[in-house]
Amino acid sequence: MADRHPLFKPLVFVGGLIFGFGLGFSHMARPEVVVNFLLFEDLGLPFVMFGAAIVSGVAFALLPRIRDAAPLTGDPYERRLKPFDRNVLIGGAVFGVGWGLSGICPGAAYASLGVGNVTILWALGGMFVGAYAQGYWRSRSGARDAAAAGAD
Amino acid sequence: MVADPVLLQAVAELFPNGVSRYAVGGLLVGLGTVVVYVGTGIPAGASTFLESTLSYVSGRSRFQRYVGSRDWRLVFTAGIVLGGLAFAATVQSGVVTTSLYEPGTTGRLYEVAGVTLWTTDVQPWRLFFGGILVGIGTRIGKGCTSGHGVCGVGSASKTSLVGVATFLTVAIGTAQVVAALGVSP
Repeated sequence: MADRHPLFKPLVFVGGLIFGFGLGFSHMARPEVVVNFLLFEDLGLPFVMFGAAIVSGVAFALLPRIRDAAPLTGDPYERRLKPFDRNVLIGGAVFGVGWGLSGICPGAAYASLGVGNVTILWALGGMFVGAYAQGYWRSRSGARDAAAAGAD
Repeated sequence: MVADPVLLQAVAELFPNGVSRYAVGGLLVGLGTVVVYVGTGIPAGASTFLESTLSYVSGRSRFQRYVGSRDWRLVFTAGIVLGGLAFAATVQSGVVTTSLYEPGTTGRLYEVAGVTLWTTDVQPWRLFFGGILVGIGTRIGKGCTSGHGVCGVGSASKTSLVGVATFLTVAIGTAQVVAALGVSP
């Protein structure tokens, strides 16, 4: 948005820097380490995901009690709650097959590029192909649904 | 209490690289999320970037809904890439040393202009086809390891807990099958 606070993007950038540094430090940017977890050869991964979830959970729980709105956007502090439907299961299962095959997820793939893993461009290219394919299909079926509703 | 050597050995086998690099990295991932949230109120995930960035080149409605957030998502992702590079230039290069970091033995290290970089041995076809499924699944499933796993679980969202349980279980099964078929790395 054009009228956002001038510090909005710099702050998002700094948050991304810390986030990416953490993915490098934790070795989540290394597909081998994720695969080793999934094969029960190194059980460290939950310390990353749940460690991060606990830190963010404290902020999500405390900030709404301290302030009404975020200083750079004026948006209220809300938790990340999304409605449940079968897409969560279908998408989660498809993601699970891809994660288990490749050992990489989106955030870790961006950080992986940063630590020098040029080969990860294969995964990033695949992710864009996959995201485009589902978006292409869902845009079409969405338009078809709308047309069908309009015809009634 | 006497430390049981059998127990100690079992723990060492389950955590051959210790837990500190994982725990410290996780705290930093959480801190990055909190920095964005405190300033903006946004619980940011990483996978929406895939669709929001496609809105620059595709007019399809599914991507155009992210036009309002595509600029800052690009900035967030650029930060993640450069955060990885900052890690490579400091800890991975040995410029900054800490006992909390366990370097491990995966992949291959190489040097460019004095910076120690790292690259994977996992085969490109696994990365590419796995990547396609990650791109489809995270977007249909409403989130990835950061959106569901960090922000959603941190929000005690039932949707995200179910999402995480689903992709974690399926990923374990997939990796076991792939390994059993003799695919390595």
